[in-house]
Amino acid sequence: MANRQQFCTFFLKDQFFGVPVQKVQEVIRYQEMTRVPLVPAVIRGLINLRGQIVMAIDLRRRFGMEERPPSQLPMNVVVRTDDGAVSFLVDEIGDVLEVEEDSFESPPETLRGASRDLVRGVYKLQERLMLVLDAERAVANGEAGSEA
Amino acid sequence: MGDTEIIKEFLVESYENLDRLDQDLIALEKDPGNRETLGSVFRTIHTIKGTSGFLAFDQLEAVAHVGESLLARLRDGVLALTPEITTGLLSMVDAVRQMLGSIESCGGEGTRNDQELIASLTALREDKAPTAGVMDGPAAQKKLDPPAVAAPPANVPPLGDILVVEGKAKVSDVAEALEQQNAGDPRHVGEILVEKGAVKPQDVVDALNTQQQVRGQSASDSTIRVDVGQLDRLMNRVGELVLLRNQIVQYTNSSEDGELLGTSQRLNLLTTELQEGVMKTRMQPIGNVWSKFPRTVRDVALACGKQVRIEMEGKETELDKTIIEAIKDPLTHLVRNAVDHGIEISEVRQAAGKDPEGLLFLRAFHEGGQVNIEISDDGAGLNYEKIRNKARQKGLITADQAARMTEREIANLIFMPGLSTAEKVTNVSGRGVGMDVVKTNIEKIGGTVDVQSKAGQGSTVRMKIPLTLAIIPALIVTSGGDRYAIPQVSLLELVRLEAEQLRNGIERVHGAPVHRLRGRLLPLVYLNHELGAATNPPQSGDSRSPVASALENSAAESQSVNIVVLRADDRQFGLVVDEINDTEEIVVKPLGKQLKSINTYAGATIMGDGKVALILDVLGLAQRASVVNEVRDASMEKDAVGMYESAGENKSNAVLLFQYGENGRMAVDLTLVARLEEFSPESVEMAAEQEVVQYRGQIMPLVRVSEVLESKGRNPSKKAQESLHVVVYSDKGRSVGLVVDRILDIVEESFVMQRQSGHSGVMGSAVIQKRVTDILDVPGLIAAADESHVLAGVQP
Repeated sequence: MANRQQFCTFFLKDQFFGVPVQKVQEVIRYQEMTRVPLVPAVIRGLINLRGQIVMAIDLRRRFGMEERPPSQLPMNVVVRTDDGAVSFLVDEIGDVLEVEEDSFESPPETLRGASRDLVRGVYKLQERLMLVLDAERAVANGEAGSEA
Repeated sequence: MGDTEIIKEFLVESYENLDRLDQDLIALEKDPGNRETLGSVFRTIHTIKGTSGFLAFDQLEAVAHVGESLLARLRDGVLALTPEITTGLLSMVDAVRQMLGSIESCGGEGTRNDQELIASLTALREDKAPTAGVMDGPAAQKKLDPPAVAAPPANVPPLGDILVVEGKAKVSDVAEALEQQNAGDPRHVGEILVEKGAVKPQDVVDALNTQQQVRGQSASDSTIRVDVGQLDRLMNRVGELVLLRNQIVQYTNSSEDGELLGTSQRLNLLTTELQEGVMKTRMQPIGNVWSKFPRTVRDVALACGKQVRIEMEGKETELDKTIIEAIKDPLTHLVRNAVDHGIEISEVRQAAGKDPEGLLFLRAFHEGGQVNIEISDDGAGLNYEKIRNKARQKGLITADQAARMTEREIANLIFMPGLSTAEKVTNVSGRGVGMDVVKTNIEKIGGTVDVQSKAGQGSTVRMKIPLTLAIIPALIVTSGGDRYAIPQVSLLELVRLEAEQLRNGIERVHGAPVHRLRGRLLPLVYLNHELGAATNPPQSGDSRSPVASALENSAAESQSVNIVVLRADDRQFGLVVDEINDTEEIVVKPLGKQLKSINTYAGATIMGDGKVALILDVLGLAQRASVVNEVRDASMEKDAVGMYESAGENKSNAVLLFQYGENGRMAVDLTLVARLEEFSPESVEMAAEQEVVQYRGQIMPLVRVSEVLESKGRNPSKKAQESLHVVVYSDKGRSVGLVVDRILDIVEESFVMQRQSGHSGVMGSAVIQKRVTDILDVPGLIAAADESHVLAGVQP
């Protein structure tokens, strides 16, 4: 039975991630952000998306990865959540991929602590693994006042 | 087609009339002799009777008829108005409302049996005791409530009625289902009917939709019906237009083209007017919701056997219509709750020395871009112990948490689902489902709710609701390289300190920076500091705090300091920013859930250049910087000091510390100090060899403390340069200015004074702030000065 799902994919460092396409509102290039003091560093700032004010979450920080080199500007993956649109800052955008449901597996044991919660599972593709981002969790735990 | 139009008009008109009837009847109850009100009530019923007869709504006519004849007796003075009669009339109003609701949704009055009501009203008219049925009137309707925040509005037809009128269910089946419900079956009528096979599930769903529609379309408030969604879209467009206007104005301002500038200016004005107009269409005074409450309070108070009166302040406060719709139910619940649980019965109140009649006080006002609504009662207040225990019992908090909670935190536990400390569950409230729904509903529209209470004195529930699509005038400032918007409603004035003023303008009290603004001390908050060092909050009292060093740094580096004087609650404070830019009209956009919890931001906006800027929440900022308390205190007017009210007891003395001469340290009782002033040397004049200044319409003599105490001669060179720091002492209308070298501090410390003989003008000395300090004897000082000079007789 071929149950296929489409994913919007992106890179964080050398890791390959995907988010179900239905969840993605749009993908845009780097937008200037207004920083918001007093929030956890995970929240990089606010961007103006055609009149809508959208919060930008730096996924590298969320996963505890090292910072992007300053010359490298992140891309925005704008995702729909229960609470409105949120943008994830990623390194590079990948293609929209269609994957087979049977290639899905729950997250590997080797995934450390916090990252574990943020990844729903893994798809085994031909050449690489695609980690499925849990968008709601990635946003929710970025709440002001809590440390990821 | 003509028929429906007429009926529609009849409904709109009648709903309005009924609302007025409610208010009139309550007013009449308080003032039974008022012929005008009575006449108005009579005419209203008469009109309803006439029109319903014309439209062949027989049942409606019958009920209205009985009410009218009862009122005729009152009007003719044959009967006097009693509480029973008022209750009877109000029941009639309810019945009429229900029938109108039925007419609106299904074209007919619905299956009703108003015989009891008619009989009761007839009995009242004949001056006999009313039947029990009428007294239960408001309560009886409640049996059909679904467990919701409050009883559904009386003009929404019950589900059973809708099904019968639509021919989907038989009257007998509905009656049976209702009986089953009354006997204790907790299910909805619809469910019972489906289970019995009396109706199809789809029919129930349809009927529920009809009910929902009626709920949403109460035709009471406006004379023109406009789809609210339409207004929403219009409002959005206007918001976008405002932003575009801002951008265009910005671009054209740098243009030389006269024509372009003129046109852009006209566009500017037009947009503002358009925006104001559209906003007005959606704004309604909160009084529209509140007007129903006198009736609610009366009904609940009667049902609970209590005496309660309601007072309202701020009826005209306007809110967007959608917000009003959203808070209607929560407010109703809070009002009923206050009467049911908050206010005690008269005997208990009297025993406690209170007025037997309880007071429910509603207050609404705009502040800082938000609407504040307060519901206060002077009842028994919250029982903290009970709440704490109940919460522990239900496992909502752990024993550990329970022990550590503050009163405020315990109070806010009442918003948790399932928590109720009610002894009995009444029809009115007590099930524990109300308060948490209130909180959820308020938070859904972006507001906050919180409760405060004092045992024995009462409680206050406070709601703050943002005006989300408000377009507000704001001051744009820059700090730390970023722009921030400050709502103009909180702005009092702008102060700029440069060079000379900079050095003296900022002083320290208890280690915190202040600026003396026309005699009052203004606590200063450094925006960079508040937004920057989240990890290093300043220790109050520690003068080596990061704030102090920030002070030193900024003073050293910058040439000037910009202070934005703001008002939060009843207090004022000064916000120090890097730059002050412009005032602009901005569109307030709400922040997402994650950012809402930070109390320093009230929202965000998009500036003319397309970038996002944060809007500061003035009160939140003030709380964060600890310049206001969380609890509202009555602000006290203190001329000289103003800002620092310590909550401690008055065992210690407040003294002003100053320096005289090279090393002299002196303290003077703060109560003797009228003002702290600063005079330039030029303003000192001579009058009969006495140094004086012109001060507030007086000629005030100056006494140089150091000269009197140290018996040194006048030091002319010292005088010429600096401005004089003067402590003004007033007695019996006469003021004397004590010139000191430096004002050091204001402290509150208990100290023991050791009397010393010696200098007149010195009462003694004590150890204050770990240093030996002389205590000033003001009259003695003045007397000593008198000896050395002649104090010119001054006119008070």
